[in-house]
Amino acid sequence: MNDRVASLWVYLSATPLLHLTLTVCIFVLARWLYRRTGTHSWMNPVLISVLALVTVLILTDTPYSVYFEGAKFVHFMLGPATVALAIPLYRQWDALKRHPVALAVSLLTGSLTAVVSAVFIAKLGGVGNQALISIAPKSVTTPVAMGISETLGGLPSLTAVVVILTGILGASIGPWLLDKLRITNPMAMGLAMGTASHGIGTGRAIYMGDVAAAFSGLAMGLNGLATTILLPVLWGWFMQ
Amino acid sequence: MLESLAVLLFCQLIGELIVVALQIPVPGPVLGMAILFFGLMMRGSIPEELAQTANGILGQLSLLFVPAGVGVMTHLTLLGKQWLPLSVSLVVSTLLTIAVTGLMMQRLAGKEDR
Repeated sequence: MNDRVASLWVYLSATPLLHLTLTVCIFVLARWLYRRTGTHSWMNPVLISVLALVTVLILTDTPYSVYFEGAKFVHFMLGPATVALAIPLYRQWDALKRHPVALAVSLLTGSLTAVVSAVFIAKLGGVGNQALISIAPKSVTTPVAMGISETLGGLPSLTAVVVILTGILGASIGPWLLDKLRITNPMAMGLAMGTASHGIGTGRAIYMGDVAAAFSGLAMGLNGLATTILLPVLWGWFMQ
Repeated sequence: MLESLAVLLFCQLIGELIVVALQIPVPGPVLGMAILFFGLMMRGSIPEELAQTANGILGQLSLLFVPAGVGVMTHLTLLGKQWLPLSVSLVVSTLLTIAVTGLMMQRLAGKEDR
């Protein structure tokens, strides 16, 4: 009896372990590749890991639910990680106080632009409501965007994908666009990168100097907050 | 490390409880972030240990997105059918957001500095 319980336990614990290990190992490899290629935006470790894992799961005929049994231990940490964003936000509080009006107005306009333009264009293209609400918070950092999407009846996993793609897009085309538009003020550069493309954009803004990096991190946190408050209201109007 | 993790989890738990109790459409962890932020404001500084734990977790932030990202495999049919409007939406909206936010901030902050 004890033997059977033991072997059952070994079996049950080994199954989630396989996909947990696979997730972490593939990510470590992807990050190594990213650094080897000189941190090129399109070699983003999240993108590469997702592509590699999806390929492995399809080839081994593994359903997502089975994979997630193992991967949920990593996924769970998104909650405490979101809470931990309070620390960089607190650190940048002094920078925020310097231009309160300019910052609030620019951020709210940017936040609205991100949501309204994404939903409007996709709607014109015939995208359905559940997919629309899933892409609406695309400029917000993943844990927050997934939370918003889930609360409003979207598909959190679709949200995660578009958020990551948005981040990669902003990080790769953003600096070129800022240059074309002659946006040279580091506060404006950082705020634009962080508002449009959250953490991945902030990762790129770090190369634009300390001020841009601080404003990008700040914009990422505040846009999460702004979208959390604005989107339920906007979506309520839209659905009427 | 353990104390800081307890603080983060506790803030998240309080956030989730408030969301459920008051039925508000805000993710629990976001409310937890706000609670911790106000806690830090009241304290006036960040405990060294909490700063280290937060750096540790946020330093590996990208990894945490992977399991959710793999969920794309459950939407391959939808993405296959609507990849064009979805990609146009993402590209145009991202560029527009960068342009609007950047131009607005440059103009307004420039005025305040003068």
